[in-house]
Amino acid sequence: MFFDYTLRTIALGSAILGIVSGALGSYAVLRKQSLLGDAMSHAALPGIALAFLLTGSKMPLVLIVGAAAAGWVATLFIMSIVNTTRVKYDTALGMVLSVFFGFGLVLLTIIQKRPDATQAGLDKFLFGQAAALLERDVVTMGILGASAILVTMLLWKEFKLLSFDPDFASTLGFPVRMLDIILTTLIVIAIVLGLQTVGVVLMSAMIVAPAASARQWTDNLGVMIILSAFFGALAGISGALLSASVPRLPTGPTIVVCVSAIVIFSMLLAPRRGILWRFFRERRQRGRLRLEGILEDLYSLALEHKDPGHAHSLSVLRLMSAGKGGVEKSLEILSERGLVRAVSPGEWALTATGLEEAEKTISERSGKSDER
Amino acid sequence: MSGEQIEIQVIASIVAVACALPGVFLVLRRMAMMSDAISHAILLGIVLAFFAVGDISSPLLIIGAALSGVLTVSLVELVNKTGLVREDASIGLVFPLLFSIGVILISRYAYNIHIDIDAVLLGELAFAPFDRLYIHGRDLGPTSIYVMGVILLLNLAFILIFYKELKVATFDTGLAAALGFTPGLIHYGLMGLVSVTAVGAFNAVGSILVVALMIAPPAAAYLLTDRLPRMIILSALIGVLSAVSGFWAAILLDANIAGSMASVSGLVFLIVFLLAPGRGLAAIARRRTRQRREFAGRVLVIHLLNHEGTPEEARESEVGHIEETLRWKEGFAKNVVGYSVKIGMVLKENGRLRLTEKGREFAGRSVVEEFIA
Repeated sequence: MFFDYTLRTIALGSAILGIVSGALGSYAVLRKQSLLGDAMSHAALPGIALAFLLTGSKMPLVLIVGAAAAGWVATLFIMSIVNTTRVKYDTALGMVLSVFFGFGLVLLTIIQKRPDATQAGLDKFLFGQAAALLERDVVTMGILGASAILVTMLLWKEFKLLSFDPDFASTLGFPVRMLDIILTTLIVIAIVLGLQTVGVVLMSAMIVAPAASARQWTDNLGVMIILSAFFGALAGISGALLSASVPRLPTGPTIVVCVSAIVIFSMLLAPRRGILWRFFRERRQRGRLRLEGILEDLYSLALEHKDPGHAHSLSVLRLMSAGKGGVEKSLEILSERGLVRAVSPGEWALTATGLEEAEKTISERSGKSDER
Repeated sequence: MSGEQIEIQVIASIVAVACALPGVFLVLRRMAMMSDAISHAILLGIVLAFFAVGDISSPLLIIGAALSGVLTVSLVELVNKTGLVREDASIGLVFPLLFSIGVILISRYAYNIHIDIDAVLLGELAFAPFDRLYIHGRDLGPTSIYVMGVILLLNLAFILIFYKELKVATFDTGLAAALGFTPGLIHYGLMGLVSVTAVGAFNAVGSILVVALMIAPPAAAYLLTDRLPRMIILSALIGVLSAVSGFWAAILLDANIAGSMASVSGLVFLIVFLLAPGRGLAAIARRRTRQRREFAGRVLVIHLLNHEGTPEEARESEVGHIEETLRWKEGFAKNVVGYSVKIGMVLKENGRLRLTEKGREFAGRSVVEEFIA
């Protein structure tokens, strides 16, 4: 199906969008600016409308410049409100987001009521329309996206430091403010790239979701950015192709559903951090602790007698494990491993290896508590 | 003014006040972005309730939507609790998904009925007067007035009844818990109110502009007062002001009414942000200028005191020389000298400055203060 011209254009455009927003979104998420993308993308609407009103052109580049400028002004507003007044970040964010969007709607309705019909299609920026992507749009996106990614590679070390320890960066003499401005600009670029495909309302998800998924799989920034770009591209392509091939399936929401599926998958299954992974690890640990507990109980009983192989009844062991249950099953597992043996039905004793094992775990544990 | 226009303004004002009331607590509790999340996510609730009931005007839709608002809040908290992502990211992950599912359901299965996505986002206040309430064939006015009126009363009742609890839970969560107020209950109550209000208002003003009306007026009021009751009343007033003047701006420009209301509410905040007494940018700038001048005046008298009675006194008290020594720009130096003369710290005699008794004493005290500090 990639031989179809339209589909190829759509897939390519969405892939570029996913790569750029995934890569740059990593920085936004790491710097706790996940919701800034939401504000920037909503704020892009009046920028698009103004750019059209001023130039009368619907060239993607013109509209992108307008969107980027508006996203920038919005960020500036948020920062100055937070820095000079007691109004908090979330309030400034929500207000700028909704007010800019409202202003954009005013402009959009004014444009729609103009007598000339050239304005048609500006409202597709609300939810995006992948099917309307043209080859020249994709070329514009490609060039802008590639330059944005090139800048992050050139400033790799600086951005890394800025994301994890800005105070240290400034003591080292890096121009932190300038770097902040550059990084914010790059994120604005990533957002405006997606406006045609995903739309202003949902573009923020493309900044947050791929990065949040990638974060689950790795602790390494480089790996995270590459993974995030990959997830972004995957969601972008699958969502855009789905929406282009199924009637009445809006592009933006479809891409968001795809990327959310990746998030859910990652949060459940990622090794070490994932919810399922943690669940199984906890269960395994609980099981191991229970076995160790029984072994220790038998050991402490054995110490009361001269003979370490002295048998003890199941009911005593049950009492010692304080009603935790599963004593019989644990004993069977232990006897399979040759650590305990049933002397007679319901009577259990440590074997020689079991004795060694019990002494080992006890000394390990007391060693650990000594370290503390 | 036609009857229709009056009705639109009444509806808009009721919406604005109903939004401002819970908005105050959202702003104070740093949960403003929750209104964004809720106002998007209720779409899914409305759509699902519509599929279940099959009637777009059923009051069950409001309940469904309110439930989905509360569901959003709990989902955000659930994602938060896993500790896998930060709080801001969990909001940013949850509501786009719920909203997207809602939009997809509408455009796939409900495209021919009266849930129009544009209307969801943008609202169409201009049409609100056409949907009228009739009882026994008598026209009682637009339905929206009654729906929003009930929601407004609900908000008002909640805030009045739980005023003390809300106040303590907002400003001191720990104390609220210690007093046995169950902050969780207050929290979910508030979130439920925000959801219900958003549902009621989104018909009129659209989901994103609900956010503007919930946040912008309380944010402006927050810069104008330190007292909670005053902040609530001011927010409501600013909301009504934004609604009414937004309406007229929209008529003038022939533009979307809700968007225009949001823009005006932003404009009101901008004006307050610039001009608020004590906290506005202008006041801050004025205060800085005054402080700089006062400090410079202090430096000037200390400088004069330093050289008083020494051989260099004649030279050091020349205005031109002082400018150079203290590295002041000419205009600033003139300003400082003028100010110091005016408050009687120094005397200016043919280009030279001399300390007055008051100035000498002030300079001496300043030096001591500086040393102690």
